[in-house]
Amino acid sequence: MTDIAIPAPTAAPETESGPAAPPGGLRIPDFQIVPRAGLAIVGAVLVLLIVAIAANKLWPLMFFHVAGGAAWTIIDLFLGLVLGPIMGKMSIPARVEFTTRLMPKMLLIMPTVVTATLAAGWQLGIKTGNVLSISQNHGWVVASYIVVGVMAVLALGLLEPANIAVLVELKKPRPNPHVIEQLMKRFIYCAGILGAMQIATLVIMTKLASG
Amino acid sequence: MTERRLPPVTQLGMLSLALIVAGGIYLSAHLPEHVPLAPAVVLLAASAVVLGVNMFLLSRVQGFDWPRFFEVGKWSLLAYLVIAGMVEYVFLRNHLSGGPLIVLTLSLAVFAVHVPMLVGFTVARYSDDGARVAA
Repeated sequence: MTDIAIPAPTAAPETESGPAAPPGGLRIPDFQIVPRAGLAIVGAVLVLLIVAIAANKLWPLMFFHVAGGAAWTIIDLFLGLVLGPIMGKMSIPARVEFTTRLMPKMLLIMPTVVTATLAAGWQLGIKTGNVLSISQNHGWVVASYIVVGVMAVLALGLLEPANIAVLVELKKPRPNPHVIEQLMKRFIYCAGILGAMQIATLVIMTKLASG
Repeated sequence: MTERRLPPVTQLGMLSLALIVAGGIYLSAHLPEHVPLAPAVVLLAASAVVLGVNMFLLSRVQGFDWPRFFEVGKWSLLAYLVIAGMVEYVFLRNHLSGGPLIVLTLSLAVFAVHVPMLVGFTVARYSDDGARVAA
């Protein structure tokens, strides 16, 4: 497992699709797009989630929903409002190194956390009656569906494809810095919007929890 | 390096996802009451049509990096089938049946196909064949 050093072309001209590689070589750490070791952990979490839903007991469902939801919210907030702006100001080599270390992990963490939160949350809502239209909190629950729906469309349509495309681009022998820049911009903006929307989630969920 | 235009695959994909999400919210928001399925069916049908249009438009792109598209798309499809399977399991666990189950299952099918398509497209559009593309 070795790092790749990319010699940038000297006096690289601007192309129609943007500036060419920056001066100086771009060193890309070796990485796996999907960390294989993490797949076992994801598998274990999903099996436990199935068991929790099948058992339909309050504590395991609450655990998956609260722990997963907390992780989802905090990661989105932190990435969108803290790390995103920092990444935007990093030099390209620093951003590339950070990206190759962060994004493969995000590729496994986020879908797992979101699936656990939503699947356990739905089962929990059925068990407690919160998702039923007769519930006094029903308006808040529907509001949470809408917030999650908007976040899902943004995350699935823009953020995740950009995340994977950046990693695939970085795996190429000669990645195009402009493509990485463009995709990272999309990633950072999306993460910022999702972070802001998570504040709405916090308002709704704390209201639901306090009755 | 030249740029070529691609159909608005990402935009159409997001529209399709938004339509099935709206249908899902409509059905979920009325549980356990019996609600007319027509709005959800219309939203699902519109979403499926957008998926079909998206596939058709993409299939007509000359010189698209299809090997890369399918290489990434197939693993993505596997991942989203697992996620869709989890959601389907929750529906079945709660004895959802009849029309709502069919509509939600078909919605999950559209979701499980369209998201991998978006992932494969986003990766393949930046192929190394010398022609960077912009949507």
